[in-house]
Amino acid sequence: MNCDVRLMKGNEAVAEAAVRCGCDGYFGYPITPQSEILETLMALRPWTTTGMQVVQAESEVAAINMVYGGASLGRRVMTSSSSPGISLMCEGLSYIAGASLPCLIINVQRGGPGLGTIQPSQGDYFQAVKGGGHGDYHCVVLAPDSVQEMYDFVAEGFDIAFKYRIPVMMLSDGMVGQMMEKVVLRENRPRKTDAEIVAECDSWALTGRHPNRTHNIITSLQLQAAEQEAVNLQLQAKYQAIQQNETRWDEYHTDDADVVLVAFGCSARICREVVDMARSEGLRVGLVRPITLWPFPSDRLGELAQQVQMLMTVELNAGQMVEDVRLAVNGQVPVCFYGRMGGVIFTPDEVLEQLKQHL
Amino acid sequence: MDVREIICEQNKVYSKSKILTDTTLHYCPGCSHGVVHKLIAEVIEELGIQQRTIGVTPVGCGVFAYNYFDIDMVEAAHGRACAVATGINRLAPERVVFTYQGDGDLSAIGTGETIHACNRGESIVVFYINNAIYGMTGGQMAPTTLCGMKTATTPDGRDPKLHGYPYKITEMLAQLEGVCYVTRQTVASAVYIRKAKRAIRRAFENALAGRGLSFVEIVATCNSGWKMSPVAANKWLVENMLPFYPLGDIKSVGE
Amino acid sequence: MTRIKGAVVIQTEQCKGCGLCVEACASNVLTMSVNVNSKGYVYSTSLNPELCIGCASCAVVCPDSCISVYRQSVKEERD
Repeated sequence: MNCDVRLMKGNEAVAEAAVRCGCDGYFGYPITPQSEILETLMALRPWTTTGMQVVQAESEVAAINMVYGGASLGRRVMTSSSSPGISLMCEGLSYIAGASLPCLIINVQRGGPGLGTIQPSQGDYFQAVKGGGHGDYHCVVLAPDSVQEMYDFVAEGFDIAFKYRIPVMMLSDGMVGQMMEKVVLRENRPRKTDAEIVAECDSWALTGRHPNRTHNIITSLQLQAAEQEAVNLQLQAKYQAIQQNETRWDEYHTDDADVVLVAFGCSARICREVVDMARSEGLRVGLVRPITLWPFPSDRLGELAQQVQMLMTVELNAGQMVEDVRLAVNGQVPVCFYGRMGGVIFTPDEVLEQLKQHL
Repeated sequence: MDVREIICEQNKVYSKSKILTDTTLHYCPGCSHGVVHKLIAEVIEELGIQQRTIGVTPVGCGVFAYNYFDIDMVEAAHGRACAVATGINRLAPERVVFTYQGDGDLSAIGTGETIHACNRGESIVVFYINNAIYGMTGGQMAPTTLCGMKTATTPDGRDPKLHGYPYKITEMLAQLEGVCYVTRQTVASAVYIRKAKRAIRRAFENALAGRGLSFVEIVATCNSGWKMSPVAANKWLVENMLPFYPLGDIKSVGE
Repeated sequence: MTRIKGAVVIQTEQCKGCGLCVEACASNVLTMSVNVNSKGYVYSTSLNPELCIGCASCAVVCPDSCISVYRQSVKEERD
C-alpha cells in the first residue's frame, strides 16, 4: 500500500489532518503549547488548495464564537487551545452544546490553575468531562496517547460530531502535542460541497431560507421551563445513545491481571512501560486506557473489578478521573491513585514504586 | 366617493413586508425595534436576497428577532454576534450576513468582537440599536446612557465620576480601515425612518458588493425603560439623544 | 382637477395602542379607540377617513406593521 508516512509533532499532525479530512474552517488564538496548530495551518495555506479557511481570532472567546457561526452553516469547523484558553471558550461551548451544533475542539493541556505552567498536565479532566461551561451538557471527549491518534481523532471527531450534532473535544496534553512520532497520513477526504451540506443538514443548518422549507433558527434559548426541559430531555436521550455506541477503551495485559492501572493520554504511555516492568518482576499488572473519557468505560471497569484485587488510577493531576473509576468499581475492590501536578511528569520507576507500596 | 373603493390591490402603496413572519413582536408598544426590523425586512425584500441572507441576533431585547424575520438566523451569546458573523462570512462569503445588536451587547460586553470584526473588514452589516439603556434586564445603565439620565442602576442619574462617561463607539469604529460605511440614523419620526431605510439599503448593497463592513447605528427609544409614553419618548430622543449622538454619515468609501 | 385620495386598513388585533401613528398623521385621520382589542390594548382607528391622502406616514412609523395604505388619484368636478 502506498501511504504517506511522516515524522511530525502532535500539533502539526492535527493541522495536517484538518486539511486532509475535509475540514472547512479553523479559528484559533495562539497559546503555548499548541500554537503550532495555527502556525502549521497558516503555512499549509489550505485556502489555496481545499478552500479551508483559517482565521487568527482576537481571543479564544471570539474563536469559539466563530466556530459557533461556522458550525451553524453545517460546515466542519474546529478550534484548538490550551487550558486557560479553553476556560475562555467554555461559554461558547455551552451555547454550541445547547444549540446542538457539531464541531471539534482540541485542548493541548498545560498545568494550572490560573496561568499555571506550559508543561504537560491532565488537570482539565473535570472541565472536559463534567462540563466546563454552564448547564447540563456533555462533549464527547477523545484522549489521544500518540501523534497518530492526534491525527486520526480529527476525522473521527468530526464523524462523531456530525453523527450526533455534538461538540467533540480532543483532550490532549503538552507531551503528546509537542513530541514527534511517525504518523501514517491516512485517507484524504474532500470538503463537502454546498449540495452535500444541503442534503445532509438542510433540516437544521443555515443553508438559506428557500421555498421548500420554513426558516431555520439556531438558538439555545427557551423562555418556558417546560420547553427547556424538553430540550434537556432530547440532549439526555442523545447522550444515552452516545454512551451505548461510542464508548472506547484500550486494554493491555488485563486477561490475567491481579492489579489494573487506569490511565489516559500521555500517562497511559508511561503506564504501558510500568506494566512491562512489573511483569518482568512477576507481578500480574494490566492497563485500561479509556480512549473516550466521556462516555467513560464504566461498565468494563466494573466488570474488571470482579476479577482483580485492586485498581490504581494514574494521572497528571490531583486525582480527577479516579472519581469516575471509583464510581465504576462501586466499592468492589480498592481503587488507589497516584499523580503528579504542575507539569511534573512521573517516571515508570516512580509509578511502579507507588504500585508496590499498595500491594 | 367612498374611501372603501380605494382599497384594492392595485392601489396598495404600503403594507407589511413579506420577510416579516406573522408572529406578534414581543416588544413593548411603540418600541423602536419593531420599526428597525421592518426596515431591514423591507430592504431584504426589495433586494431579493431572502435566501442569501443570514441574520445574527444578540442577547438583549433583540434576542427573538429570529422569530420575526423569515430568513435563516442564529442567536449569538451576549456580545459575540460579530464573531459568529465572522465565522459565517468566512465560510459562506456568498451569503449576506447581518448582526442586530443593542448598546449593551455591542458596546459593552462585545466591544472586542465588534472592533476586530470591523478591523478585519468582514463583509457584513452591523446594526447597532442605541437606546441608552439595558431594556431586557429591566432598564439598567448602558455604556451609552447620557450623563444625568436615571436608570435602575443610576437612580440619581448617571454621574461620570461614579459610572464613567457615555461613549460613541460609532465614531471610534469609523477610524478602522476595514469599515467602508458608518452612519448614525434614528427612527423617531416618519422622515427619519425614510432616511434610515436608505442607509440600511446602502449597507446591504455594500455587503453584496463585498466592500467591507457597514456599521449602522440607530438611535432608538426604550419608552418602558425611560418610563415615558412612546410619543414622549420619541420627542425626548430628538431633544436629548440627538445633540449627543448627531445623525448622518460618518464614513463612506467606495460608492 | 385631480386629487389624491387615500385609505388605511388597520389590523386592530395586532395593534398595541402605542399611538405613534396618530401622532404621525398630519391629516387628523386617526385616533385611538375607546374599546380594547382581545389583548386589552386600545387600538388605532380612522376617525376622519375622508381626510386621508395616503401619505403612509402612519404605516411607516408603526412598529408592529399593522397598517396597510392605499392611494388613488381621483378626478373631481369643480363646484
